[in-house]
Amino acid sequence: MMTRLGLGEATFAPLPAADLALLVAIVLPALLGLLGAWLQPRRLVMVLLAALPALAAGVVLMLAYIDYGLLRWQLEWGGLFFQLRIGGPSILLLTLTQLLGLTAALYTPGLLSRGDGYMRRMGRYLWLLMGLLLSALSLIWVAADLLMLYFALELVSLTAVAMLLLPGKTKALVAGMRYLLLALVGSLAYLLGVALVLGQWGTLDLAKLAQVVEPGPVVWVAAALLGAGLALKAALFPLHAWLEPVHASAWTPVSALHAALVIKASLFILLQLWLVLVPDALFLSRLVGLLGVIAVVWGGLLAWRAVELKSLVAFSTVAQLGYLMLVFPLLLDTSLPALAKTQAWEGFWLQLGGHALAKTAMFMAAGNLVLATGETTLAGLAGTSRRMPLSLLTFGVASVTLIGLPPSAGFTAKWLLLQAMLDQQLWLPIAALLTGTLLTATYIFRVFRYSFDETAPQQQYRPLAPGMDVLALLPALAGLGLGLFAHAPLVLLQGGGQ
Amino acid sequence: MNAGWLPLAALGASLLAGVVIFQLPENAWRLRASLNLGAALIKLTLVGVMLFRLENGYNDVFSFQVVGNVDFVLRVDDLGIMFAGLSSLLWLCTTLYAIGYLEDSPNRKRFFGFFSLCVASTTGIALAGNLFTFLIFYEMLTLSTYPLVVHRGTAKALDAGRVYLRYTLSAGVVLLLGVVMLYSLTGEQSFASQRGLEHYLEDHRALLIVIFALLVGGLSVKAAMVPLHGWLPRAMVAPAPVSALLHAVAVVKAGAFGILRVIYDVYGIELSYELGVTAFLAVAASITILYGSLRAVAQQELKPRLAYSTISQVSYIVLGASLFGPLGTIAAMTHLLHQGLMKVTLFFCAGNYAEELGIHRIDELDGAGRRMPLTSLAFTVGALGMIGLPPIAGFVTKWYLGMGAVQAGMPWVIGVLVLSSLLNAIYFLPILHRLWFRFGPAHGHGDWPDEHRLGRLETSAWLLWPTMATALFSVLAGLLAGMPMSPLDWASQVVRGEYLP
Repeated sequence: MMTRLGLGEATFAPLPAADLALLVAIVLPALLGLLGAWLQPRRLVMVLLAALPALAAGVVLMLAYIDYGLLRWQLEWGGLFFQLRIGGPSILLLTLTQLLGLTAALYTPGLLSRGDGYMRRMGRYLWLLMGLLLSALSLIWVAADLLMLYFALELVSLTAVAMLLLPGKTKALVAGMRYLLLALVGSLAYLLGVALVLGQWGTLDLAKLAQVVEPGPVVWVAAALLGAGLALKAALFPLHAWLEPVHASAWTPVSALHAALVIKASLFILLQLWLVLVPDALFLSRLVGLLGVIAVVWGGLLAWRAVELKSLVAFSTVAQLGYLMLVFPLLLDTSLPALAKTQAWEGFWLQLGGHALAKTAMFMAAGNLVLATGETTLAGLAGTSRRMPLSLLTFGVASVTLIGLPPSAGFTAKWLLLQAMLDQQLWLPIAALLTGTLLTATYIFRVFRYSFDETAPQQQYRPLAPGMDVLALLPALAGLGLGLFAHAPLVLLQGGGQ
Repeated sequence: MNAGWLPLAALGASLLAGVVIFQLPENAWRLRASLNLGAALIKLTLVGVMLFRLENGYNDVFSFQVVGNVDFVLRVDDLGIMFAGLSSLLWLCTTLYAIGYLEDSPNRKRFFGFFSLCVASTTGIALAGNLFTFLIFYEMLTLSTYPLVVHRGTAKALDAGRVYLRYTLSAGVVLLLGVVMLYSLTGEQSFASQRGLEHYLEDHRALLIVIFALLVGGLSVKAAMVPLHGWLPRAMVAPAPVSALLHAVAVVKAGAFGILRVIYDVYGIELSYELGVTAFLAVAASITILYGSLRAVAQQELKPRLAYSTISQVSYIVLGASLFGPLGTIAAMTHLLHQGLMKVTLFFCAGNYAEELGIHRIDELDGAGRRMPLTSLAFTVGALGMIGLPPIAGFVTKWYLGMGAVQAGMPWVIGVLVLSSLLNAIYFLPILHRLWFRFGPAHGHGDWPDEHRLGRLETSAWLLWPTMATALFSVLAGLLAGMPMSPLDWASQVVRGEYLP
């Protein structure tokens, strides 16, 4: 499992081209954010052109990984050693971040052009923060020591909070401040855990820690602190209460990036630390799995009761994270047969990727619908199927992935997870997966029920900026494609190198 | 030589048509109509080419790996091409009909877009080469028919849509569990593999039965078998072409076709017989046949009567499949086509009466034969076929079913057949009597509920000709049953492959 996370030994030292590409991939988004804040681009072509070098860097890294396998770097700065590495999950998450970041950036000019004067003034900060966020996320995917992870995680949390505060409305401010408070508590817990680990074993390098850590009270306390902090930030059930208010008033690209990537960053770190510090804590992982069962049902019920469209989308994240929690016991069980282990591992990442793509698309489609109708509630959607077919189609395609209907990443992931669970005769998680499918369908089709209503009175519709609806459709379609052509990305998870 | 692009292109024709239609503006009806018809013709041609190649011994396969042990496979085989042929032929007719039916109504773009996706799913179901691929298109069918069912956007339509989804999605979950369990047990299970599941019989007998129950249980919801049929009569609120498609080609047929696949191509008929599941299925199908007919008798409106008749008629397919022996199998496969042709005719007629004269209730049909002779003729053909009168297609099926029952040693099935035919006569003959022998508004007694003069003929040509065509096909399928390439001949060919290795 260590090697799968990219915490083993690398065979080859990275070439200079890969060094440069890594630097570009991490630093460039922040610089582009700065540039965006300065120039405030209006034309999508400009945004696309500016993002090309970062995408190219991502491609170079992927090719290097495919050719040489695991890539590792060690940096020294002021007597501290920093570890970076690119393994299978890292490269996939990096690519995902770049693509979704680009989608959000392309969506931004249209959104700002439709906003009021206040929004246009704050647009400057949106560009800046978005760039910083993407840089920090990229760093999280490649960082392999606790200190750098702390730094990047802090940066992610603070930029995310700042972005959520941007709308400046009371509701957004209250939710944002609550999020800030919780994020700080989470960070504090995390920092205490790091201090404990450093004091006990004198290293922060994950790979080294994995070899020297011994079970005992210290590791348990450290793991509890780290785990609680990260679970809070990842909005894992039952620590999810802050999530929905935050999304209810946030701007669309912010919601999209937050649900798709920011909470996944904490989850990714959590998984790594778990495997490093307490790989034998089977009991705990079963507890997480059990909480996942509840999360699937509870999140589904919350989404079902939701009155506002964006709340529905936000609550569905709670349930979808529950699917990932269901897999924890399988990921951590070393006695699993090789095939089931691989299926669980692949299913986990596929579910994560599929959810990221679908959630981005769904938030954008919901944002478009809210923007065009001026209504935030589900009931306000009446008649939209006739006037906003494309946004609704996007919502539908994205929900295929969320429900887990074929052909989508959600379906293929469910298929793999079901096979792994059947192998272990885990009937409760199987029931949760299947119930989750129906619950998701139940709350998703509420949206369509309202939108297909033809008896609604005529409403005034504000036109969207060109491209906003098509941009939302792209990640939704990618979620479908990922389900059918899952083989290629999943091969990367097995460790590159030829 | 493998031409894997052929099944892919047949699938792509309607898929692409759907996608392009979504891009067209709402009022570009000429372009949309030509696109629809062009795609339907292309697909019919492609199916013809595949049929020709199959005759010459080529099984075209298209496949790629999805994950680990799972492949996406499109494969042309005897059974699949039957269903693909039916769907592409009736797609053409139904498209023509729908163009006429929906003229000037709102949301035509959405309708035709999802209509094409629905047909694409049906083609995918027909050509799927393994259960995984089958499942993909089976669920796609559920999703693409939902917007068609709720098309009118009324509260009743939306409720029907909700009930439809509740049934079909729950069934999809059950089916998924069954398929995953089967894959866990056996690995990849292609429909084409000669090795059945016999060698699992010793160790996993109970598990095989459980999986069979899950698979067929999931499929029988779409096949509308009692007591899982509740969605079908409600889905009647959809426009007539949708009902025609739902009942004759797409949804209920997909369920029945899936059951055929499971029995013949996954388990194998010998193993199914050995496990004892076919006897159970035969009883369930018989109950459905009688219950559907009884409920049909009780209906006062035309479309619900036809809906219950579908519930009854589709189970003939399941009944045929559960009779062990080649004759029962022939009956099942022939009925897959015959029921489609006759049922589509009946629904077209119901739509014609509703559009031209505003007739929805059966007692409003008095004397309609004089006002709309051609439509009423087509209706008569369909109704007599359903009852099983020669020389219409339905007779062939019932004949083979009866012989199959004798062959399988289940003579009680003949009792079911006789009783069901009697019930068919009870609910169809009064309609025919009203059409032809009662005096109504056409003879100067009262008025039609809501009369329009849609065309120079008795109704719009778009509505009339597809109806006549499918009625003609129903007669020809029965008359020429002995000729090569007739449904019966083709079914016999499939059966030869199944029983003579």
